[in-house]
Amino acid sequence: GRAPLSSAQPQGHGEEEEEEVEEEGEGCYQLYPGHIPTSPLQKVLLAAGSACMALYDPYRHDMVAVLGETTGCLALPSLRDKMKNHPEGYRILQERPRIRLSTLDMGRLRGLPDGTLGREYVRFLEDNKVSPDTRMPPKFVDDEELAYVIQRYREVHDLMHTLLGMPTNMLGEVVVKWFEAVQTGLPMCVLGAAFGPIRLSARKLQVLATELVPWAIRSGRSASCILNFYYEQRWGQPVESLREEIGIFPPP
Amino acid sequence: VYQVFESVAKKYDVMNDSMTLGIHRVWKDILVHKMNPSPGTLLLDVAGGTGDIAFRFINYVRSVRERQLQRKLRHHQNLSWQEISESYQEDKSKSLGDSQVVVCDINKEMLKVGKQKAQHLGYSEGLSWVLGNAEELPFDDDMFDVYTIAFGIRNVTRIDLALQEAYRVLKPGGRFLCLEFSHVNNPLLSRLYDLYSFQVIPVLGEVIAGDWKSYQYLVESIRRFPPQEELKAMIEDVGFFKVDYQNLNSGIVAIHSGFKL
Repeated sequence: GRAPLSSAQPQGHGEEEEEEVEEEGEGCYQLYPGHIPTSPLQKVLLAAGSACMALYDPYRHDMVAVLGETTGCLALPSLRDKMKNHPEGYRILQERPRIRLSTLDMGRLRGLPDGTLGREYVRFLEDNKVSPDTRMPPKFVDDEELAYVIQRYREVHDLMHTLLGMPTNMLGEVVVKWFEAVQTGLPMCVLGAAFGPIRLSARKLQVLATELVPWAIRSGRSASCILNFYYEQRWGQPVESLREEIGIFPPP
Repeated sequence: VYQVFESVAKKYDVMNDSMTLGIHRVWKDILVHKMNPSPGTLLLDVAGGTGDIAFRFINYVRSVRERQLQRKLRHHQNLSWQEISESYQEDKSKSLGDSQVVVCDINKEMLKVGKQKAQHLGYSEGLSWVLGNAEELPFDDDMFDVYTIAFGIRNVTRIDLALQEAYRVLKPGGRFLCLEFSHVNNPLLSRLYDLYSFQVIPVLGEVIAGDWKSYQYLVESIRRFPPQEELKAMIEDVGFFKVDYQNLNSGIVAIHSGFKL
């Protein structure tokens, strides 16, 4: 076990009162499980470090997550406000649904007719061999509600793939990032959209630039906020109808 | 502590270089130079995980041995070919001169990384790897000539027990050497060091190793560790004589030394 901190007062903050909360050395409250309070300097260092590491080693998805959290201080509140001002979004903020294998009834979703959100989502997960449980929980967001917003954004990402019809290869991910960049304004999405194509071949870049990105941008702008849809209550809805409702144009 | 080092093992060396900007290598070199082992020394390196001290020891002893051999050769300029070839055969098999190092660590993962490094770097003879707890060493009394613990003692729950064990397994005349983070006596440097430790190191841990918490723990454990004089007293309490310490970099790191008489 760890002996309690005795004299470390690195930032001059008061020591923690809460018993169950782990000592984090910054003296601030831990706002949610997994929260690591960080100073502004640490956030800057984390943002820079995670950006470099994510470029250097694209398999470090945790770095992309950290980058999103440390740079999202403007975009996340604006997303949260968009949700608050929308009836369905507001309900999501209240009820805080999570998309996890344990909460999804995969059997039922698989049994839904082809073309419905539920069926296509399960097909997407199986075809690309991904699971919704691999999303990183937020660590460096200093507001508990905003932490949920970014968590929701991450969990809805796979649904975006389904709605946009994009696979999880590098090309597909970049397209989804463009869409998300326009939709959310998260700097991490913008950076991902801008730097992601670096590792693509010339042929793919061409397709990307001429067809996919313009479509993604158009759809992103015309669509209402993707976080304002209670997807868990719409499994039976046909994908095309949901696309129309949100405002996403059919994929090329 | 075990879980901290399990996740830390693979990236240990990379993190050490990043956190100390490579200076940890100098500190370890100084430790082995201070030790000044002669061929035939039996070293126990506790919490030696990835082998840094062990490899340096072997290098040092090898170079001492080579110098010994060269001196011998110069001496033997007037020998017959027969006598020279006999002495070659005798010396070839002892490039280390019977020196040996036992690396002991509580963590399997760290030992695994150490063994891989040894193979990669070409260290084979004179090395053994033992799983063990510093508070309860799996060795007999009076076995070793030198006991080292580099950046390991602050992770031991009962430092006094580890020191007692160190005393027990050393031969009479044996030397205890401890390289560890300590207290900075310079107030300005201390503020900068704190700032660096608490602001930068956990970030490095997160970015390089994906592990903020282990490195936060590391920085906190350094602060909790007894300062130079206190550690010196603890070493004396256990029975060591001529206990002394040497500050490196104004006390960021200190080498404590003691003898069993």
